[in-house]
Amino acid sequence: MTMLYNEPSPLETRVVSKRFGLPNSASLDTFLATGGFEAFHKAREMKPEQIIEEVKVSALRGRGGAGFPTGLKWSFVPRNSPKPKYIIVNADESEPGTCKDRLLMEYDPHQLIEGILIAALAVDSHAGYIYIRGEYRYLIELMDRAIAEAYAKGYLGKNIAGTGWDFDLYTHSGAGAYECGEETALLDSIEGKRGIPRMKPPFPAVAGAWGCPTLLNNVETFSAVPAIIRDGGKAFADLGTPKNGGTRLVCISGHVNKPGVYELPLGYPMMKAINEVAGGIPHGRKLKAVVPGGSSCPLLRAEECDIAMDYDTLAKAGSMLGSGGMVVMDETTDMVRVALRIMRFYAHESCGWCIPCREGTAWLRKILSRMVEGNGRREDVALLGELSKNMLGRTFCALGDAAAMPTMSIVEKFAEDFEKYLVPEAVLV
Amino acid sequence: MIFSAPLEEKFARMLAQYPPGRQRSAVVPMLIYAQDEVGSITKELIEEVARRCGVTPLQVDEVVGYYSMLHRKPIGKYHVQVCTNISCQLVGGEELYEHAKRKLGIGHREVTRDGRFSLEEVECIGACSWAPAVEINYDFHHQVTAEKLDQLLDNLPDSDHQGAANK
Repeated sequence: MTMLYNEPSPLETRVVSKRFGLPNSASLDTFLATGGFEAFHKAREMKPEQIIEEVKVSALRGRGGAGFPTGLKWSFVPRNSPKPKYIIVNADESEPGTCKDRLLMEYDPHQLIEGILIAALAVDSHAGYIYIRGEYRYLIELMDRAIAEAYAKGYLGKNIAGTGWDFDLYTHSGAGAYECGEETALLDSIEGKRGIPRMKPPFPAVAGAWGCPTLLNNVETFSAVPAIIRDGGKAFADLGTPKNGGTRLVCISGHVNKPGVYELPLGYPMMKAINEVAGGIPHGRKLKAVVPGGSSCPLLRAEECDIAMDYDTLAKAGSMLGSGGMVVMDETTDMVRVALRIMRFYAHESCGWCIPCREGTAWLRKILSRMVEGNGRREDVALLGELSKNMLGRTFCALGDAAAMPTMSIVEKFAEDFEKYLVPEAVLV
Repeated sequence: MIFSAPLEEKFARMLAQYPPGRQRSAVVPMLIYAQDEVGSITKELIEEVARRCGVTPLQVDEVVGYYSMLHRKPIGKYHVQVCTNISCQLVGGEELYEHAKRKLGIGHREVTRDGRFSLEEVECIGACSWAPAVEINYDFHHQVTAEKLDQLLDNLPDSDHQGAANK
């Protein structure tokens, strides 16, 4: 058995994580012995539009955070463009609370490679790059080994598996920048520049890497593709809820007895995930708040957590399913300190390109620091909300919104937590 | 500048993996791998990477200022990165970072006098479900307690070949 980071739960539906824990799960031999490349061979017999249609039917949505329908995204790539078309894998996983792409690369790198190859068939691409965050050096080395193994056995390079079709795949190291997880900033980064987001349109599908049509998806999105092609889009869609196909890796962290990464169908009840899959909250404490999908998402109060975890249900509740990073907070959590930590992150990671984000995150951080240091003023609470609101929708990329939204939700939903920071006497206790 | 043979080989492959005329793409990966060998991003290194990638030193310099893993000053042989972002914060990451500061006698992005350790409070490193997490050079350590951190730091080898950084 390969050592897993956490015990799997019997409540999981293991589709993309089905090889996790198998002996040598990262080897091509294990992959081939467990259905690997069956989907690729099937895709070879399909027309590109059939592949894209199958992905559309699967109702797979981007697993990086935005939740855009994957099949639709693929259909935007102009297949007949005379320019080369590139596949880029976003493995810059850095949304606080998220630690799943690590496992997909560590335990099943060939599944990712197969997903990339199927995508390449769909959009007529012959080269791809996996952009991996610099902190994941061991995964860059691991992916390089998997890629070398695939080349050696004819699953990458010239005349793949005797099909007469060529595809080259490479890794590319980042060097520490959350912003590069944003797809257009990632493209600037892969071109050797600072990771600054681009004006859209044109979207990467039309003008992406080096000005060429580019298909860019998250590691988990590509990793789900082999199952979709092998078992059919409908089978995958049926695992989830309408328009929210399949399963996803949910990273549960914070105040739970069994934190871990668990594969759950879309629409899974959040309270069941907390209490049963992750073993409940330690010390018999009560739930206070949940970050449903990475620190960019508006937080939910405990009473809002009786909810199905799919993109549309969470959007209706004013939050997001995001990246799958679910952070559980018990009744002892000081939400002002959480808000400060979140804002320190965004202020650090703002690339500085758009003024509302650069200045807004810095001011929000300063005000929150002032509060935590015991110098909070009563008008600061409203000021936090006001500043956040002024950032919304006023930046090139979503980082400004990502900083503003959780802050607004904490100000609105946990106003009582700010009280003690506004009364100097209470701080001295 | 000439790098070690394995790194030269890596760089040759790296420059060939991007489309023709797009060798600028190698700037960021080349900088981080070269930093591991040289110890920091020096002026000479910037000029060398610029020459190899066909850009101006200024174009490389502006990139260095953007990425948090690129250091203009030498870091310790062991670069201790403690995550305090929310998932780690909730389970003691901030206390662990304070402990590391006391233990090493240095603060954020500082280096011990003997050059053995440097410390950094880092943003999310993708170990949220196994928090609190610490990365030493490129090695992840999960569910780290103050005692576990002491043990880890006390037992790091002296050999020059163990650290991934400053190799």
